Amino acid sequence: MKRTNNTMRALLCAILMAGSGLIAQNEVPEIKFDSVPNALQLPSGMYLGEVGGVAANSRGDLFVYTRTGHPTITIGASRPFAHGGSRLFQFDRSGKFIRELGKDSYGFMVASQVRVDAGNNIWAVDEMTNMVIKFDPQGRIAMLLGRKAENVNVPASRGRGGNGAGQPTDLFDRPTDVAWDAAGNIFVADGLGNARVAKFDKGGKFVKSWGKKGNATGEFANVRSIAVDAQGNVYAADGGNKRIQVFDNDGNFKTAFNNVGNAQALCMTQGPNQVLYVSNSNPPDDIDVDGEIYKMRLDGTMIAKFGRAGKLLKEFGTVNAIDCRDEDTLYVGEIGNLRVQKLALH
Amino acid sequence: MKRIVMSSVTLAMVVAATSFGQRKAIIENVPEIPFSSVPNLLKLPNGEYLGESVAVATNSRGHIFVFHRSANTRLFEFDQAGNFVKEIGSGYYGFEFAHSVRVDKDDNIWTVDEGANMITKFSPDGKVLMVLGSRPPAVLGAQAYPAGPNQPSKKYVFCRPTDVGWDPQGNIFVSDGYCNNRVVKYDKNGRFLAQAGSEKPGSALGEFNLPHGLQVDGEGNVWVADRTNNRYQVLDNNLKPLREITNLGVGWTVCISSGPHQYAFFSNSNPNGNMPGTWDITGEIYKAELDGTVIGKFGHAGKTAPGFQVVHMMDCRNPNEIIVGEIESWRVQKLLLQPTSTSADIKTGKGARR
Repeated sequence: MKRTNNTMRALLCAILMAGSGLIAQNEVPEIKFDSVPNALQLPSGMYLGEVGGVAANSRGDLFVYTRTGHPTITIGASRPFAHGGSRLFQFDRSGKFIRELGKDSYGFMVASQVRVDAGNNIWAVDEMTNMVIKFDPQGRIAMLLGRKAENVNVPASRGRGGNGAGQPTDLFDRPTDVAWDAAGNIFVADGLGNARVAKFDKGGKFVKSWGKKGNATGEFANVRSIAVDAQGNVYAADGGNKRIQVFDNDGNFKTAFNNVGNAQALCMTQGPNQVLYVSNSNPPDDIDVDGEIYKMRLDGTMIAKFGRAGKLLKEFGTVNAIDCRDEDTLYVGEIGNLRVQKLALH
Repeated sequence: MKRIVMSSVTLAMVVAATSFGQRKAIIENVPEIPFSSVPNLLKLPNGEYLGESVAVATNSRGHIFVFHRSANTRLFEFDQAGNFVKEIGSGYYGFEFAHSVRVDKDDNIWTVDEGANMITKFSPDGKVLMVLGSRPPAVLGAQAYPAGPNQPSKKYVFCRPTDVGWDPQGNIFVSDGYCNNRVVKYDKNGRFLAQAGSEKPGSALGEFNLPHGLQVDGEGNVWVADRTNNRYQVLDNNLKPLREITNLGVGWTVCISSGPHQYAFFSNSNPNGNMPGTWDITGEIYKAELDGTVIGKFGHAGKTAPGFQVVHMMDCRNPNEIIVGEIESWRVQKLLLQPTSTSADIKTGKGARR
C-alpha cells in the first residue's frame, strides 16, 4: 500500500495548499454495503464485455452499453472500414433482459457511457465513432452529435494531436460522457483525445467549449466523466490530474476537489439534497491500488467511502460508470470484471 | 450560361473553407418555397436502424429505397406510406460503403458503392441483373487510404464512384468519383463508350474535381454536381460540356424530376462537421427550370427536422414531394413543397436570373 500512502500524502498536500478544510481520505467513514448476486440475467448466449456505461430510467429500467471486443475491419476497395464492437442492452428493474437498442448501429464501436435524461431519452457515448447518440424512449434515433470517421487508419494512427481544445463544433476525439442542465443544454466530456467540455443547446447547436490539455486551473489531463447539478454547475472528472473541476454553466472555473484520486466515473443524485458519487478507479493493469467509491457533498466535503479494487463481488475492476437514481441502490459498471454490480448501501 | 469569374476575395474564402467544403451561394433574392416535413416518415421494424442515409430513391409505385451505412451497408425498401417492405442484398458482395441508389424507368434498382467500387443493377424483386466495376483482390490485403496522385483511370474500373443515371435510350452514365475525376458513358449492356475528364482533377469545362452526383434529363443531357469546383456542369449526350452553373454554392447533389415539364433541384448542403457559421450560409436546396432559371429555394441546416444535416441525395420524381437523405442525422425526410405556379415561375424566375 506504499503507493497509496504516497498518493494520499500528495492529495493531503494538495488539499492543504488549496486551503480546504476537508478531512483526509483515511478518516473518511466506510459505508457498509452488499452486492446483489446475479443482478442482471442475460439470455443464453449473450455476454457483457467491458462495461462502458450503466444507467436507469425513471421506471428503473436499466441500460447497459458494453464493448463486445469485436470491432471488425473490412477490406474496402480504396480504404479499410470498421464496423461494430459494442451493444446497448435494456433490462427491467428486476434485472430481466428486455431488448437490445441500436443493433448494428453505425455509431457503436467502443462503448464509453450511457445516460438517461429527464425525459427518459437514452444517450450513448462512443469513444471510437466519436458520437453522442440520443435515442427516444421507444429506441428510435432522436439526435446525433459528432460523426464517425468514414474509414480507419492502417496502421493505427496516434490520434489527432493538438492541444486538446478541439474545434468549435461537435467534432469529438474520444468523448467519454454526457450530461444536461435543467434547460436541456447538453454537456459533452471530450474526453480522452481532446481535453475539453463542449456545451450545446438542446437543439444540438454548438454553444461553446472550454479546457485544453494541461494541469493548470481549467485545463484537463483528460475529461473522464461529467455531471451537472440542479443549479447548472458542471462537474468534470479530470482523472489524470486526480481531481474534479467545477465550473458554472458558462464554463467559468469555480473550484476543484483534489481529494478524489483518479476520478473516472461520476454520478450525481437528483432531488433536493444532491450528493456526488466518485470512483477512484484502479488502473486496468492493477488491483492492488485504489478502487474505492466516494460519496461527497457538492461543496467537496467527503461523506463516506466504500469498496476496493478486486475480482470478487463487492470489489471493483476499473469502474467506468455509476448509476445513482436511488441514492442507496447503486449500479456500477466495470471495465476489468466485464460486469454490472447492483450495490445496496446500508 | 455565362461563367462567373470569382473575385480574389471569393477565392480566399474558398481556400480558407476548403477542408470543410462550404461556399455561400452567390445568387440572391431567391424566393422561399414554403414546405413541411412529414414526421416519422419511415417505419422501421423493431430493432432495425438506418445509419448514414446517404442515398434515397423512389420507384414508379412510390416505394422508397434507402441505401445506407449502418454497421454494414444495407439497402431497405419501404412502401409509399413508409412501411418497411424488405431488405435487398443482405450480405451482398457489392455492398461496403453506400453512396447512391437510383431507380430506372423499368423500376430496376441501381446501387453505387464507393467502398466496393461497384455499381449493381437489381431487378425490382432484388435479383442481381448486372454489375459494373469490381473490388480489388482481397488477397492483396487491406489498402490504406491512397496517397499520391491517382492511378490512371481504366474503362471498367471505378475509384470511389458516386452516382449513376440513364438516358432515354438506356445508356448508362457514371460519375467517378473521389479518386477518379470523370464521367463515363456505357451502352445499356455495360460496354464502354466515352468518358469526360480523367483521373486528374481539373477546373476547365469538361474537367471535374470530385464529380459527386449525376442525373440525365429527358433530352439525354447529363447534369453533374462538380463538388470541389463549387459548380454543376451540363454535358450533352456524348459528354461534350454545354455549360456550367456556378452561383448555387457547393455542388453536392442534383436531381431532375420526371414528367413532361422537368425541374432541376440543387443542394448547397451544409458541410460535414457543423463548423461555426456554416449553418448561416449553406444547407438550402434550389429549384430551377432546366434552362437555369432559378424558381425558389427551401430548407436550412440544423440538427433536428426539418433542418438538414448534410443532404447527400434527393429524390424528386414528384417535384412537389422531395425526399432527402442526410448524412449526419441518419434520417430520410419527405418534404411537401408548395407548388410553384407557371405565372409565378416566370415572374420570380426573371428576378432571380443572373
